[in-house]
Amino acid sequence: MTPTVPDPHPEERPVLRPLQRTGWGFRLLVAALLAVIAAGAYAYVTQLRLGLGVTGLNNRVTWGIYITNFVFFIGVSHAGTLISAILRVTGAEWRRPITRMAEAITVFALMVGAPMVLIDMGRPERILSVFRYGRLQSPILWDVISITTYLTGSLLYLYLPLIPDMALLRDRLTEVPRWKRALYRALAAGWRGTPRQHAALERGISAMAIVIIPVAISVHTVVSWIFGMTLRAGWHSTIFGPYFVIGAIFSGIAAIITAMGAFRWVYGLGGFLTDRHFRNLGYLLLTFNLLYMYFTISEYLTIAYGAEVKDTTLVHALFYGAFSHVFWVMLIIGLVLPAVLTLIPHLAPIDLLRRVPALRPIPLGVGAAILGGVGATLHVRGVAYVNTTLGVHHDVVLVAAGVLGAAAFLALLPVLKQRPVASIVLASLLVNAGMWLKRYIIVVPSMALPITPTEWATYQPTWVEWSITAGAFATFILLYALFAKIFPLISLWEVREAKVPEPAPGARAQEVVA
Amino acid sequence: MSRLRLSRRTFVKTLIATGAAATLPSVAKLAETWAAESHSPHARKTQRRWVMVIDLAACDGCKKCTAACQKEHFVPFGQEWIRVFETGNNPYDKQNFPLPCQHCEIAPCVKVCPVAATYHNDEGIVLVDHNKCIGCRFCMAACPYGVRFFNWTEPKHSPQEQFVQYSPEFPVPHRKGTVEKCMLCAHRVKIGRLPACVEACAAAEMWAIWFGDANENLVTNGRDVAKLTDLLAEGRAFRYKEELGTHPRVYYLLPDRRDRRPADSRKPAGKSDDPYRP
Ligand code: SF4
Ligand code: SF4
Repeated sequence: MTPTVPDPHPEERPVLRPLQRTGWGFRLLVAALLAVIAAGAYAYVTQLRLGLGVTGLNNRVTWGIYITNFVFFIGVSHAGTLISAILRVTGAEWRRPITRMAEAITVFALMVGAPMVLIDMGRPERILSVFRYGRLQSPILWDVISITTYLTGSLLYLYLPLIPDMALLRDRLTEVPRWKRALYRALAAGWRGTPRQHAALERGISAMAIVIIPVAISVHTVVSWIFGMTLRAGWHSTIFGPYFVIGAIFSGIAAIITAMGAFRWVYGLGGFLTDRHFRNLGYLLLTFNLLYMYFTISEYLTIAYGAEVKDTTLVHALFYGAFSHVFWVMLIIGLVLPAVLTLIPHLAPIDLLRRVPALRPIPLGVGAAILGGVGATLHVRGVAYVNTTLGVHHDVVLVAAGVLGAAAFLALLPVLKQRPVASIVLASLLVNAGMWLKRYIIVVPSMALPITPTEWATYQPTWVEWSITAGAFATFILLYALFAKIFPLISLWEVREAKVPEPAPGARAQEVVA
Repeated sequence: MSRLRLSRRTFVKTLIATGAAATLPSVAKLAETWAAESHSPHARKTQRRWVMVIDLAACDGCKKCTAACQKEHFVPFGQEWIRVFETGNNPYDKQNFPLPCQHCEIAPCVKVCPVAATYHNDEGIVLVDHNKCIGCRFCMAACPYGVRFFNWTEPKHSPQEQFVQYSPEFPVPHRKGTVEKCMLCAHRVKIGRLPACVEACAAAEMWAIWFGDANENLVTNGRDVAKLTDLLAEGRAFRYKEELGTHPRVYYLLPDRRDRRPADSRKPAGKSDDPYRP
């Protein structure tokens, strides 16, 4: 273990440690994830056997949470492009330690997102027909083309900057299992670090960085066009392309912040992922949050003001009707709260909140217990309402939960103010959840909307759909966790090359551990 | 100078150039088919142009058409290929509104199908090939009339059904995981019979559904024969959601007409017997 020569880069040890040692925590995590994936697989086998009838989908709402997941994961995949390509092209030096994580998110999100469409298909065994009989005028073909291009491109883009690190591991990690050494040797592709190799690699990376940006933009544009090209209310909109692209980058940033937070905490990577990175990404998150609010307002104001019947029917359902719960929760946790959370360090009056007694933990806990009890009782009686309109009882529960949540949030604000990183990570978690709900709000209400002289359709996802969704998320986490066990999460050579070294990385690391 | 020593760079360049040259014609071909397929409905002159005319004044909402259709095609449970809606502004003003697939000339479903499983046949009927359909349900999202159905589970098969030879014109037996809809009884019109719903409506003595060929300008409801253009003009015909530009081949005659026999009311122009429409 101990190197014979003094280690010239002791600060890199936390990055290499996960590659050398595997703890119980990791094994437990993998076991848990595999269990979730197995449940998802079982659900999928059930669906294959009995048909899509085991889902909540019907002849009116023909797309549900599978397509929601698809749009969500493809959106998350924009993490890599933004962080690494845009920041690389613009020469933002601080990006260096986070590019690898971002690029990996892109690859894994695509690997999980693209098969969601396959899972949604009634005849998955005919998937190759898309290539054999594919018609270019179908937006599905546009998706197939751009997503495969994007996946290929981002794999390449993940691999190129990995080469020098592979060589580094090949030379340095001599005590790891043989298959790992062989892998590193193969992937290092004979890298010796000669100036000529360096020049070629730099050229390749810059070229890929530039190529991947338009490809990424095209990907989420054509995903939006699946909806935009139909004549449905809420979908048939010219701003859908940019709306989706901004939303994708927004949720991509949230995903990378979440991953950074997790790995900084688990592996103690504070020496590389400093507060500065969280702050900078927090600003980016806020920027895209505001952009997304702008698009959201433009979208709904335009259709509500024009007030065509189909549009107002939809807007009413979203604002006050059957979908209002999801809609407002999405707005609050996906846009408003994250904006507040990213701004917390700049909000001076927050400290005054400490003086409010009702917001102290004990009264809050008691209140929560009482409201929770009442809510649970009412909920049991209110279940009957779930399928049609949400009944009065449900509203009581929701209002109570809202009040309680607001109080808890206010009580937490002063705490969060002292932990800017935590609040940014929390914001990113909320954005992830909010953006998933937003995708649901895009997909389902436009389909449930009556287009003939009928009533609204209903859609209630079944256990099959939820299991497969959970399995998809578990697969994503598993892929990422395995990646973190084989490849360094930080692009070591790029960090070493940095012109501006991070100030005193060791000190930061301790701060995190404490 | 050097004898035939292609540098790698030149080689790659030549390769790309050749590739591009080889692809261009196929791209052009693709653009051509695209234009022909979905963007110019009148580009293809077909020998037949089947149309349906539904007289809303004559329909009494008995749903015999739906029943006949279901029997004819062994329609799986939960689907109504021709569905009779009840519309109207108030309980005293009920209006029946039968809605089959509109067989749009510029059909959104045909446009979006990734594998050409949904297509126009040579007589302008929109069909679904269940051997090709991948079950993506994009066509259901795209159809503005909500007339497409999906086989969510394996449909129940009746014994008679098993003897039928499948063809897109008569999509029996039905298959799990594919999309279904009205096919305008393509299998019947091919041999000179009226669609099942038209026959059933005539048998019920409503004569509300007319069927015919727009090229010949003739339609029949199973009792009378009328000139399509006259029928449409006198019935003040409209097409459902015409503003969407889908060019449906199903026409509706207005329900609140004074005369209920459009075929033989030939009033001189400008002299209407409708007091509300001078
Ligand atoms: S009514 Fe719907 S299913 Fe029928 S042709 Fe038009 S778009 Fe296609
Ligand atoms: S469900 Fe079938 S018919 Fe409809 S678009 Fe997909 S492949 Fe075409």
